Parts: sequence; structure tokens; C-alpha cells
Amino acid sequence: MIKIENLHKSYKMGSNSLHVLKGINFSVEEGELVAIMGSSGSGKSTLLNILGMLDGLDEGSYILDGVPIKDLNETKAANYRNKFLGFIFQSFNLINYKNAMENVALPLYYQKVGRKERQDKALKYLEQVGLKDWATHLPSELSGGQKQRVAIARAMAAEPKVLLADEPTGALDSTTSYEVMDLIQKINDEGNTILVVTHEPDIADMCKRIVHLKDGVIVEDKKVKQVRASQYV
Amino acid sequence: MFSKDRWKEILEVLSSNMLRTIATAFGVGWGIFILIILLAAGKGLENGIRQNFNGVATNTMFMWTQTTSRAYQGLPEGRNFNFKLEDVDLLRRNVPQLRIISPRNSLRQSEGDNVIRGTESGQYRVFGDYPEIIQQNPIYTAQGRFFNHNDIKEKRKVVVIGDGIREDLYEDDEEVLGTYLKISGVNFMVVGTYKEKTSNGGGENSQREIFMPFTTFSQAFNRSDNVGWMALTAKDGSSISELSTTIVNTVKQSRKVHPDDERAIGFFDLFQEYNRVESLFGALRFIAYFVGVLVLLSGIIGVSNIMLIVIKERTKEIGIRRALGENPWSIKLQILMESIFLTIISGMVGIIFGALSIYGINMVLDSIGPVDMFLNPSVSLGVVLSALIILVVSGLLAGFIPATKAIKVRPIEALRTE
Repeated sequence: MIKIENLHKSYKMGSNSLHVLKGINFSVEEGELVAIMGSSGSGKSTLLNILGMLDGLDEGSYILDGVPIKDLNETKAANYRNKFLGFIFQSFNLINYKNAMENVALPLYYQKVGRKERQDKALKYLEQVGLKDWATHLPSELSGGQKQRVAIARAMAAEPKVLLADEPTGALDSTTSYEVMDLIQKINDEGNTILVVTHEPDIADMCKRIVHLKDGVIVEDKKVKQVRASQYV
Repeated sequence: MFSKDRWKEILEVLSSNMLRTIATAFGVGWGIFILIILLAAGKGLENGIRQNFNGVATNTMFMWTQTTSRAYQGLPEGRNFNFKLEDVDLLRRNVPQLRIISPRNSLRQSEGDNVIRGTESGQYRVFGDYPEIIQQNPIYTAQGRFFNHNDIKEKRKVVVIGDGIREDLYEDDEEVLGTYLKISGVNFMVVGTYKEKTSNGGGENSQREIFMPFTTFSQAFNRSDNVGWMALTAKDGSSISELSTTIVNTVKQSRKVHPDDERAIGFFDLFQEYNRVESLFGALRFIAYFVGVLVLLSGIIGVSNIMLIVIKERTKEIGIRRALGENPWSIKLQILMESIFLTIISGMVGIIFGALSIYGINMVLDSIGPVDMFLNPSVSLGVVLSALIILVVSGLLAGFIPATKAIKVRPIEALRTE
């Protein structure tokens, strides 16, 4: 599903440049649930941003679902993001003047799906995350866990190939974190490919594979026995 | 592009900070308001001045004889002379572009009253004219009729008098038609009265002239075939100003006046005068547009500024939307539409308030009666449409920089913004 070879990325900080990713080789099969771990500054967010086509790569190749991702202009990148990827952010990033259903329907709107169908789909995904009754509520009327579940529904709505979650539980207490992880696991159970960036070991243990990043290189890549989040809920 | 969702979003965004939106809108509304008021004021002045030309065939020149300033063909300098009726025919033949040629004779202003009716009398100007003069003067028949070509042919002793004369010499409820006036000792029957088309004021002498058939006049006052004055109107499509040299030269030749004699024939080119006033109106309109558009510009800069702030505030939102896969052009379009929408709505409010003010001014003008040189300030539909076009263009301009800026920020940076 994802294939990365010899990925390099550096940022210019004034006169000196900061080499963040130093040759990453990495691939993900369909249906995997991968945790990317590392301390801050290890380059895990940069990797995720490149995977999410939010940032460009300096060197190396990136193939997503058989499509080489290169020479992207903004329009093309937006199109790919919409088609291939679903994002889940640490700070939820819901649009605050749109209600839960409208937020979920947003990626579908960009796919030019008709209004009625959009609403139906949005409601379906909200139901999946257990928030159908909250469809008309604004983000400000939702709790953190609910917001993240809306965000997950939104990421799912476009039926992407890969879900990218950047510290999805970073702003949540542990109970809600486990609820969110439970949801992510269930989505994974249905066969969706998910990448989770986290620095919390217990969250990482709930994935099927853990990739450790340190100083821009992969230091460890192991399959683990998944801990089900449902037992904590 | 005109989807319901987009409009919903525009309204949501603009109403999310109502006070700021209104304050911004005020700038544009005010600009359009000023533009409309200025144009209407210019139009009012134009209407007021144009009214003085009202009903006059403006493509007209007047020509009269003075004394010669040069000796020519054995005739001395300082000679008095008159046009002859044959000059009228000559002009008709030689200058086919002329539509109307009205020869006129008039009584020299004498000491004392020249018009007597019973015990009433007055001093008035008396003209011998052809019926076409009514097309060249801003007058219309109020009672009875104007004299016609039959009167000319049969030299009937009939006159048309001004309404002012009727006021002077008749009782209010007295029948005027069919009565007789003694003008310089000759009796004439009144067949009609006239009024002037211009309503604004009018002095002592307005509506106090007497018109009679040219032939009658010539016979009654011994003018034989002399003509004292001519009014010449060119056909539509030719300019009297261009014809005037030919006309003057033609009569100079037939009256044996030296071709370089500048004094012998006096003339007044109404068309040139009219054009001068017209170009003044043009200048007024230009100033109105200039000032109005400049005021509007400050409003537009305000909109642009606010849009920049909105973009700044929404950087993160824009980042999210791009992460979700919104096309950058769609974002740009969204911002442009917000800007255009804001300018058009506020411009409309400005136009409405402008129209209401003009309406109010007209009401005041109506109630205090006619004001000199100012009448019916108004703006045409064309002006309103061009104002709308200006608004759309300015909305585009105001939104353009913010929209470009919005999609320049890379989604990753936009998402990092807190």
C-alpha cells in the first residue's frame, strides 16, 4: 500500500539546514495498523506529513497504492489527499462554525458528491462512531473525545486508502484515549490501513506493528501482539 | 460555483463577525453613496441649465446686420444695410443642409408705449416672423393658434401675444381671442397666446412679446423686402457651426460686403454655446466619477484589509480544508466570492440610501418651488449599472490579494498555526 525508499528531508533554518529524515526505507501492507514512535525531534511528524502529501520530499521515492507521488502541484496534491488519505489530528481540527455532520461531509463535498448523498454518508459514519445524535452540534458543544470521534468519522467519510493519525490521543485523557483507540482498532478490523504517530507506549502497543524513529532513521521495526483497547473501556 | 453550500459558507463566514462586516461594508456603501449623490447633483445642475435650452432647436445660429467696417465695390464704410428676402432664397439654394430659415423683422424699441388696448397700454417688442419660428424658440401656443402660412400669404393682420401681455392688458377672466390691439397705430386681431417652455422665473420681459406674420409686418411697417434678423437651423446630422462661415459669406457676397469685413454681419452660434455647456457637463460628470471612485477606493482597500485579516484568522481552517483535499482554486474562489458578495451587498445599500436621499432632495425641491439652475437631481439606470460593475470589479480586486495569499500558505504551515 505504501512504499518508501531512501527518503530524505531537510529544512532550511536560516543559513544552516536541518537534516530531519536521513534515508527512510519503509513499506506498509494493506490492512496494517502501524504505530510510528519516537521522541520529539525524531522526525515522525515530518514523515507523516510527507506521507500525507502535506509536505514534499527532498530525495527518494514514495509510492502510494501503486501511484508514484512526485512532482505534485497543489491542485494535484489536494486531489490525491482527498482520494487516498484521511487525516486525524491531535487537535481534532474540526471547522468550528460547521456542525458535526457538516464537518464529516466536508471531504465528500470536495469530491463533488451530491448534497443528499453527502448527508446520508456523513450520518452513516457518525453512527459508526456513535455520535449520530450529535450530528447537529457544533464542535464547541462536544467533548474532546467526541470531537476526535467526529474527526475520525470525517477521515473515514471519503473512504480513503490510508488513515493517517497524528497523535490522535495526545489531547485526551486515558479513558477517552482508549475509546478512540478502540474505534481505530475497529476500523482497522474492517481492513483499513492506518498509521498512528504517537509517543505513548501504551497507545503504540494497541497497534500491530511499531516503527521506532530516532534522529531521522528507523532504529526498530517490529510486529507486536495487539493489545485490544476494548478491555480498558 | 453557485452551489447552495458555497453561499451558506459565505453567509456563515460574514455573519460570524457581524460588527466587523458591517463596519467594512460601510466603507464601500459610503463610497457608492457619495458617487451616486455627486452624479445626481451634477445631473441636477445639468437639468437646470439644460432647461434654459429646453425646446430650442440647439443646432441653430442667429444672424443680423450691423454697419460695414470696410468700403467695398464703391460702397462706403460705415454703411447701414439690411438682408433682403432674396437672401433667404439664396441661402435655401446654396446651403441645402439648412432645415429652417426664419427671417424676422422687429420694431425698433421706441419711447413710450407702442401697444394700446382700450385704456390699457404697454411697451412690448414686436416681431414679424414665419410660422417656423415656434420651432426655434422655446415657446408653445397656450390659447388659440399660432399664425400659419395662410396668414403669411394673405398678409392677415393677426398677432400672437405672450401670456404676460394678456396679464397686463386683459382682466383675468376676459376672452383674449378675437380682440384687437393697436400696435404703433395699426389694429391687429389676437388669434393666440403663447407661453415659454422654461418655467424657472423669467424676468420683466418674459412672455411679453408679440409675434405677427412676416408679410403683414413688412406691409404694415413699410419694410418692403428687408430682413433684419434670421434664425437658421441646420438639419440633423450637420452642424450649424460648420455651416456658419458659408452662410455668412453667402450673404456678404449678395449684400456687397467686403469678404474680410468682420463687423458687418453679427451672428450668434447657439450650437457652439450649447456644446460649451455640454462639455461642462462632461467635466462635471468626470469630476463626480473621479471623486466618487476615489472615495469608493478607500472602501475597497478596507474590504481588502478585512479579507486579509479574515484569511489570517482562518489560516488553520484553510489548512484543514486543504488537508481534507479541497482544491486551492476552490479556496481562492471562495474568498473572491466573499469579497465580491460583501462589496455588492454594501454597494447596494449605498445605492439604496443614495436613491432615498435623491428622492428626499427632490421632495424638498418640489416643496420650496423651482431653484435657479438646479432641477430634478437623478441618476439613470445606466449609472446604477455602471456603479454595480465598478462594485464587482472592485470586489474582485479587493479579494484578489487575500485570495492569492491564502493559497500561498502551505497546508502544513497552515495546520501548525494555532
